[in-house]
Amino acid sequence: MGASALPLIMMTLLWGIVGIVLPIILPKGPHRSLMQCILIITGASCWLFWLCCYMHQMNPLIGPMLHNRTLAAVKQLWPQPGATSV
Amino acid sequence: MGSLFRSEEVALCQLFLQSESAYTCVSELGELGLVQFRDLNPDVNAFQRKFVNEVRRCDEMERKLRYLEREIRRDAIPMQDTGDNPEAPMPREMIDLEANFEKLENELKEVNSNAEALKRNYLELTELRHILKKTQVFFDEEGHLWPWQAERDGCAGNLDGGSVSLTQNLLPDEAKGPIQLGFVAGVILRERVASFERMLWRACRGNVFLRQAQIEEPLEDPATGEQVYKSVFIIFFQGEQLKLRVKKICEGFRATMYPCPEAPADRREMAMGVKTRLDDLNTVLSQTQDHRHRVLVSAARNLRSWMLKVWKIKAIYHSLNMFNIDTIQNGLIAECWIPVPDLETVQLALRRGTEKSGSLPAILNRLSCVESPPTFHRTNKFTRAFQGLIDSYGVASYREMNPAVYTIITFPFLFAIMFGDLGHGIIMTLFGAWMVWKEKPLSVKKVDSEIWNIFFGGRYIILLMGTFSMYTGIIYNDVFSKSLNLFGSSWHVPFNESTIRDNREIMLDPKQPDQYEGTPYPIGLDPLWQLAANKINFLNSYKMKISIIFGIVHMMFGIILSLWNHRFFNRRLNVLCEFIPQVLFMSCLFVYLTLLVFIKWVNYGAGEDVPLVLTPGCAPSILITFINMVLMKGYEEAKGPNSCSAYMYDGQFYLQRMMVVVAVICVPWMLVAKPYFLYRASKQRAMLGTGGVEGAMEETPSTMPVQPAEDHDMSEILIHQGIHTIEFVLGSVSHTASYLRLWALSLAHAQLSEVLWGMVLRIGLSTAGTTGGFAMYFIFAAWATLTVVILVLMEGLSAFLHTLRLHWVEFQSKFYEGQGYAFVPFSFDSILEANESTVTEAK
Repeated sequence: MGASALPLIMMTLLWGIVGIVLPIILPKGPHRSLMQCILIITGASCWLFWLCCYMHQMNPLIGPMLHNRTLAAVKQLWPQPGATSV
Repeated sequence: MGSLFRSEEVALCQLFLQSESAYTCVSELGELGLVQFRDLNPDVNAFQRKFVNEVRRCDEMERKLRYLEREIRRDAIPMQDTGDNPEAPMPREMIDLEANFEKLENELKEVNSNAEALKRNYLELTELRHILKKTQVFFDEEGHLWPWQAERDGCAGNLDGGSVSLTQNLLPDEAKGPIQLGFVAGVILRERVASFERMLWRACRGNVFLRQAQIEEPLEDPATGEQVYKSVFIIFFQGEQLKLRVKKICEGFRATMYPCPEAPADRREMAMGVKTRLDDLNTVLSQTQDHRHRVLVSAARNLRSWMLKVWKIKAIYHSLNMFNIDTIQNGLIAECWIPVPDLETVQLALRRGTEKSGSLPAILNRLSCVESPPTFHRTNKFTRAFQGLIDSYGVASYREMNPAVYTIITFPFLFAIMFGDLGHGIIMTLFGAWMVWKEKPLSVKKVDSEIWNIFFGGRYIILLMGTFSMYTGIIYNDVFSKSLNLFGSSWHVPFNESTIRDNREIMLDPKQPDQYEGTPYPIGLDPLWQLAANKINFLNSYKMKISIIFGIVHMMFGIILSLWNHRFFNRRLNVLCEFIPQVLFMSCLFVYLTLLVFIKWVNYGAGEDVPLVLTPGCAPSILITFINMVLMKGYEEAKGPNSCSAYMYDGQFYLQRMMVVVAVICVPWMLVAKPYFLYRASKQRAMLGTGGVEGAMEETPSTMPVQPAEDHDMSEILIHQGIHTIEFVLGSVSHTASYLRLWALSLAHAQLSEVLWGMVLRIGLSTAGTTGGFAMYFIFAAWATLTVVILVLMEGLSAFLHTLRLHWVEFQSKFYEGQGYAFVPFSFDSILEANESTVTEAK
């Protein structure tokens, strides 16, 4: 599993609040159920969309093929971090 | 459940109105806008209805008001729109209104005709003045006084004693005396002068002499009000015959002739007389115009509210024409559809109406009905646009699940998957937000442009589409085809300079920890992919997978909604025979497909301690796996640590085989089960020998009507079920594939964006120096225009259309019937709006 915990927790928390917590604490009004429906669908679809993107990249089967000019630029502008993770 | 999830309950009611209070009650109901009247006299001719005279009177009033409006508009007087909504006046006030309009119309007509007569007079006098001036010139040119001529007396009455004869001056000396010249003076349109002269020459064989001079200033034609140019002419001739001929020709050419005295003294006198008369006329004319202006201004103040009142009266009488007359109790009977939650409000309105007219109260009875009531969705300004999208396909059947609620979010979301670009999303959001913010002033302004009205009506849709596009743009990491690097890329370049220099292209290896960090970019696509040459390969695989995943989620959602419909209408048979096999079929095949996608995402990857079977080289293609599953093809497993496996997990073959079997069983289940149960039920009923179909009959008319078992009906049921099954089974594959348009459009959008950047903006950015800055100014304008026109407008429209199709066909075919008719209440607001739009169109 190539996933790191922090983004997973943060995004799940964010869309969990939008899709689960907010509908529960929504104040009573004529449009309460409509708002709940909107929030739930928004939370679910946005979370799923992020999740798919994350999961597709966490165990990549291929890497990016870069032109050597791009490689040189990336090497210089986005330097290697101090400690590389295993 | 909120009211928008399902259409509201609508009841058929019968209304007993007393004759006196009918008008006021209908007026109150019109203000309320919650009641839909049924036409109880559908086969009665429009001219035989009871209140046809009143309607005719209203039409007359409307005609008069429109005449007034035309006159006001001609004088360019502004008409105030105070925005107030006057109540429909009582019938007795209608008579007052009629008298008022009649008076105004007559007054205006009189003023107009007076003004026209005055103008005609004015024109004649002006022309006469010009003639007098010009003839002076003619005769002065010719004239030199001969003393002996002054002594001569009149030549055939053309002379005034003591003044010079004009005509004699023209004659050569020898001819003077015995020859009398007559003349005719007049005014003719300038265009006609040449042909006039020619005609005169030909007709009189050159024996007449014409002099003409142009009038410099244009004169106003009284009938049309245009300015025309005219010329003065004077024709000299000898003898009566020629005189007649000349006069005839003048009449033929519509030249106006004026009596011009020959002697200059007479002319001078006449000129002064004309001048005084002209001055008088001027004063009278201006007073007439003032009067007309005053009349129009006072009418303009009230015109709009009068128009509204007349429209309301007409609407009330149209409704009254739909009622039945109850001669016994001297009242009117109406049948109407009323939403059940609003019955109280309607009762209150009726009470108000009867109080106003001071008669017996109206009675409201609720009836039971066999036919299906209209579909009423109570929408507000936000939900109305989405409801409109769904209603364009078909109005929901009475009380079935309303897809519009879910469309509020799924529509912008699916749009955003196809449109995903943060930059374009910002543009769209700003546009939508501006329209929503300036809602009130923009909606009051009546704009004729159809396109603007469409955009403005969909402002909430545009706002939501833009917002979700911003989110998907962040996830796709695409801002005008460039990526943002907010969190640091997970891919690194560890090579040294010589490696880089020696190799044209290098593909980073995810297995190396110094090239791939091991954890992905936290939110969205890694920014390095934007710079990669094989970006499309990676993105294709990603976008196809999300298209399928979201498509199948959307479709399963639709199937589950059908369960809610079945439960509401107590269609247990449908739950058993349609819903369950549908869910099983979709799950076994397509939800399992998405499961495979997730399994492959989790299990297969590069890394140091990944077993061989799970390395990228051995990752099985999901599409091939799926196809083989349906064909029930097994694999020869080569055992050994160095071989790949076509299977992703243990027992896959057997599980898949079972799933295919279940899915195949679902097909005859869907096809045969329901007709069989219906057949058995009708057989039982026939055996019981009663006509009572209470027990087995479903509530709503939307399901098949159950009748005594005849082969004819059985075959109908079978055919219907067959069509339904085939549609579902074949549709499941085609609809799933149809969702791939999410991938296709998002790819097209990204590529267009990239082309625009690379071919247009990059030129400006890469030119150095001041030329670069100068060129950048124009290139940015070109790039911005193309971005808005092609990428935002055209692609936006395209993605909108595709999303609409996905909703209408792929989603709604799973549960939606759409066979209802809309609830159109009798509402003054909608009637007035409709009338206003016809008026604006007619302009």
